[in-house]
Amino acid sequence: MLVQSFRMAIDAILSNKLRSFLTMLGIIIGVVALVVLVSMVTSATANIASEVNAMGADTLQVTVTSETGRPFTVPEVLALQGQNDVIGLTAVASQSVGAVGSDNRAVSIMGVTPSYFSVMNLPLASGRLLKTSDLDNATYVAVFSYEAAEEIFHSQDIVGRSVRVRGSAFTVVGVLEESRSMFSSFMGGIVYIPYTTYVRFTGSDETVNQFVAAPAAGASIDEAESELRSLLTKRYGDDEDAFFIMSSSMISDAIDDITSMLSLVLGGIAAVSLLVGGIGIMNIMLVSVTERTREIGIRKAVGATTRDILVQFLIESLVLSLTGCLIGVLASWGIISLVAWYGASAGIQMTFEMSGGVVVLAIVFASVIGVVFGIYPARKAALMRPIEALRYSN
Amino acid sequence: MIYMEDICKTYHIGDETIHALDHANLQVQDGEFVAVVGPSGSGKSTLMNIMGCLDTADSGIYLLDNEPIVRMSQNQLAHVRNKKIGFIFQNFNLLPRLTALENVELPLIYGGVPTSDRRSLAENALRLVGLEKRTSHRPTELSGGQQQRVAIARALAGNPPVLLADEPTGNLDSSTGNEIMQIFDELHEAGKTIVLITHDSHVASRAQREIHIADGRVTGGVA
Repeated sequence: MLVQSFRMAIDAILSNKLRSFLTMLGIIIGVVALVVLVSMVTSATANIASEVNAMGADTLQVTVTSETGRPFTVPEVLALQGQNDVIGLTAVASQSVGAVGSDNRAVSIMGVTPSYFSVMNLPLASGRLLKTSDLDNATYVAVFSYEAAEEIFHSQDIVGRSVRVRGSAFTVVGVLEESRSMFSSFMGGIVYIPYTTYVRFTGSDETVNQFVAAPAAGASIDEAESELRSLLTKRYGDDEDAFFIMSSSMISDAIDDITSMLSLVLGGIAAVSLLVGGIGIMNIMLVSVTERTREIGIRKAVGATTRDILVQFLIESLVLSLTGCLIGVLASWGIISLVAWYGASAGIQMTFEMSGGVVVLAIVFASVIGVVFGIYPARKAALMRPIEALRYSN
Repeated sequence: MIYMEDICKTYHIGDETIHALDHANLQVQDGEFVAVVGPSGSGKSTLMNIMGCLDTADSGIYLLDNEPIVRMSQNQLAHVRNKKIGFIFQNFNLLPRLTALENVELPLIYGGVPTSDRRSLAENALRLVGLEKRTSHRPTELSGGQQQRVAIARALAGNPPVLLADEPTGNLDSSTGNEIMQIFDELHEAGKTIVLITHDSHVASRAQREIHIADGRVTGGVA
């Protein structure tokens, strides 16, 4: 009986393809809206998350405000390393812009302590990183980022070469690997010099207002953060405005919150359009029921029960909504693939994928809509009195 | 087979009260071929509808194959229509989107007959009316006479004890009508109980017994 109902439902839907398609259009558009929008948000979240990761996985950035009158010194920062086995490496970094190379291009110059490269996860491609002796002696050496090497020398093979940084002669001792983060490549080249050298020639003082820290191996970033927080609180005596700790997980949490809300809002809007699609189905099913009054009468005359007719029309509306859902999912896949292909060909380093979860949601939604909006017409059909139905003429 | 006593059915239309059936009494024995004759408006359609469990009487007793019909629920009535009665209508009432075979199978589907048996039962019924070569034709591809024969096959498919025909030749020309009446004769000979409603006295005369109805009153209802 169920198989029969399915066959009859498909037959009824195929008998008027244009009308069936127009009926399903509401569902199709609703599903496409839901799947594409939510998938885009999910993809964006994933992209941002991997960006945040690539930019400096799990690091803490501490800023000490000037009101405390008690800024850190470089040795004090380095002394924080290994605290309670929770804090790993720490490093100091200061940044400005300066003219670099024979063309005097404006490039970011960062004065760093040697551990900076480990904390920020910056792998070396050739040469060496900065050493403690560089820091102690304030030598005029520089490590170039991949992008900086491209910009200034148009080559990666530059170890040993001399370069003018802000008018002074430096020797290139190392070059980093190309950054995995899109944001970093966008920001352009960075030239890393020893912090002490930086202090000397920018004329700034040796006090440290900002430093970074990575959690120790085996410790979580939250553990490192709370340890750092208690150390700093002790140092600055419960003055809450004395310092600010930012972690990449804070950033990702904030982003997660925003994208979750975005998902919900967009999903909600799409759901509303699905509802409208459901109303379309109900409309057409009502028309269909009226048109087939005679047919219903005949079926009842040969023995169809109320339930038989109810099930028949419910299945029809369910098939309509699920077919619309299927077409919508296929169309969504097409659209997302198109966007991904276009993005890839335009050189955008982002991935776009259809979110499996939202597809399941769409299917569930479409099923519910098929049943809920199909019930009223199906009941109407099922409760028809046989003789009245038989007497009905269009 | 059919026992109706004191059947009343009244309609209220606006201010008017219409007594479609007024204390009707009717009995049909097993295997009888009976014609119910009356002019239009006589209540013969109402009688047919009640007999066929498509409608319920307001009062009275109706026993079909010894089962009391009057207090049955809609679903019970549907069941009776499926198992006990085979309908044949004036305008055939076939489902236009189904083939002849599928039309004949319809009561079997609702009767819960398994798929394998269904096919052969339906094919047999079509063979009985001489349409075994037209099983996959749709009603629009069949002539009036052929459509009515499909309808008869559908009525026979589940082997119900009673066949009810409402003006079966009304939409057919006289020679085709004759062919259809032939089939009814054959069915009668095979032992089926047949009740045929008509306003045409020629058709009525082919039955075994005539029952007359006028203004909701039945004469000759009990043989």
